[in-house]
Amino acid sequence: MAEKVLMKGNEAIAEAAILAGCRHYFGYPITPQTEIAAYMAKKMPKIGGCFLQAESEVAAINMVYGVAGTGKRVMTSSSSPGISLKAEGLSYIAGSDLPALVVNVQRGGPGLGGIQPSQSDYFQATKGGGHGDFKMIVLAPSSVQEMADLTIKGFDLAEKYRMTSMILADGTMGQMMEPVSLEEPEINEYDKSWAVTGTKCERKKNIINSLSLVPEELERLNFERYDRYKTVEENEVMFEEYMMDDAEICVAAFGIAARVAKNAINAARKEGIKVGLIRPITLWPFPNAAFRKAADKVDCFISVELSMGQMIEDIRLASECKKPVYLCNRVGGMIPSPELVLESIKSHSKGGTK
Amino acid sequence: MTNKRIILFAGHYGSGKTNIAVNYAIKLKREGFPVLIADLDIVNPYFRTKDSERELSEKGIELICSEFANTNLDIPSLPKDMYRAVNDKRYRAVMDIGGDDAGAVALGRFAPFIREEGDYEMVFVANFFRPLTRKAEEAFEVMKEIEAASSLRFTSIVNNSNLGEATDGEDVISTFSEAEKLSELSGLPLLFTSCEKKLYEQLKKSGKEIFPLELQSKLF
Repeated sequence: MAEKVLMKGNEAIAEAAILAGCRHYFGYPITPQTEIAAYMAKKMPKIGGCFLQAESEVAAINMVYGVAGTGKRVMTSSSSPGISLKAEGLSYIAGSDLPALVVNVQRGGPGLGGIQPSQSDYFQATKGGGHGDFKMIVLAPSSVQEMADLTIKGFDLAEKYRMTSMILADGTMGQMMEPVSLEEPEINEYDKSWAVTGTKCERKKNIINSLSLVPEELERLNFERYDRYKTVEENEVMFEEYMMDDAEICVAAFGIAARVAKNAINAARKEGIKVGLIRPITLWPFPNAAFRKAADKVDCFISVELSMGQMIEDIRLASECKKPVYLCNRVGGMIPSPELVLESIKSHSKGGTK
Repeated sequence: MTNKRIILFAGHYGSGKTNIAVNYAIKLKREGFPVLIADLDIVNPYFRTKDSERELSEKGIELICSEFANTNLDIPSLPKDMYRAVNDKRYRAVMDIGGDDAGAVALGRFAPFIREEGDYEMVFVANFFRPLTRKAEEAFEVMKEIEAASSLRFTSIVNNSNLGEATDGEDVISTFSEAEKLSELSGLPLLFTSCEKKLYEQLKKSGKEIFPLELQSKLF
């Protein structure tokens, strides 16, 4: 095992990206993810990579689009309002079937919102993220180690399926410090015969484009793309189950909310309440099967979110509304306390007040 | 330790300056001094001295920090009464400086007063488990960058090497040689080695001056 270092979540993402072979970073500073850019600015020039602070988020995502077309590993990072600015580019990258890694260290919204943590970009991340029919693989880390591991995984999945992987973190995950061990990963080689690398007059030229002049052609591309998405849904779901074996209540939470939820679950268990957790690690593809299975066993679900209730809709869909799904949330940069979650668990357990 | 009126903690970001500053202010208060703690961090959005506001105020320690700390206003600002930290000589002042050269820039404004009074200890906080300061040479580079940005010279070093809650005594001991090397490179004395309180007894046996830290409790 590699030796441990103490890192901020944001730094862990940056270092992991470098270990994964990313040598192109384009970004524009925004709290609370600026350490990613700062780390890249310090490190990239020393290893022959490219760090470029673009003139805007729109410029940065289009630089990502450009490098992605050459088949090189490339990334950008931002926080909520900045991701909205990148939406057009995300759609173009999807329409051109290119691999890229995009990091969203979420902050409170809507609008300029605030700089404190949030999970209210769940819809934006999981339901597309721009115009047109497309998906991104959305990874939700819950520790600094996972910030690193899922960054490495994200690059791999992006290349495997020629699509964008998004790390959906939040301000706390970005700013908190924990020990991590980082190792150079084995990098899988995927076919990149589509990349624009110069024909040397030896092959037919490749064209990277998201424009289709003929509607039948555009329709075909959409159907093919969704066939690929189906493979992702079948093969790449990741989630963690915690104390679900005998659970009568299932808490659902990801990222920072899952950490709080675990503390609350431990406290509830001490009081004899049978409660467990399903923590989606991929938000898209969503762990539908796990929730469907749980729906036959538990009395209810509690979705703990730093939003007005977004993931709750996917839980209802996945569980086919077989059991009620309640919401326990704080928003605007506030984090639910373990006490708040415990209170919610108690109120929905048998003999509770609700 | 030191008897200087002003003690400044600066270093690489994430080296643990804020934890040390808060603990040091409490120590001084216990020794009977009137104490103020000044948060000059203009970089970090979260995990700031202000998080300890209630504890500090209960202990009678004055906190001077940006009125926008822990709010949504993302603006590097310092309050006007920050001048009290350097000019109000009734107090022992503990100054928590923002990380790296970027954070230390704010200190430059106050450096002339500090130099003129000449009664200060400027401490470099080192954590050799941070990825960009794994080695004494790298930490020394950061020291020089901070000195250039703040227009103040360091006078001593603190070894605060840690891996967060997961730190054990052996982890800290493994950094002793790097701390000594940094002391040699810079020509500055090691003021103390700091560690979480629970490691105090174990590390005291090393014969080094150990400063035990009470860490803030975590909700997640």
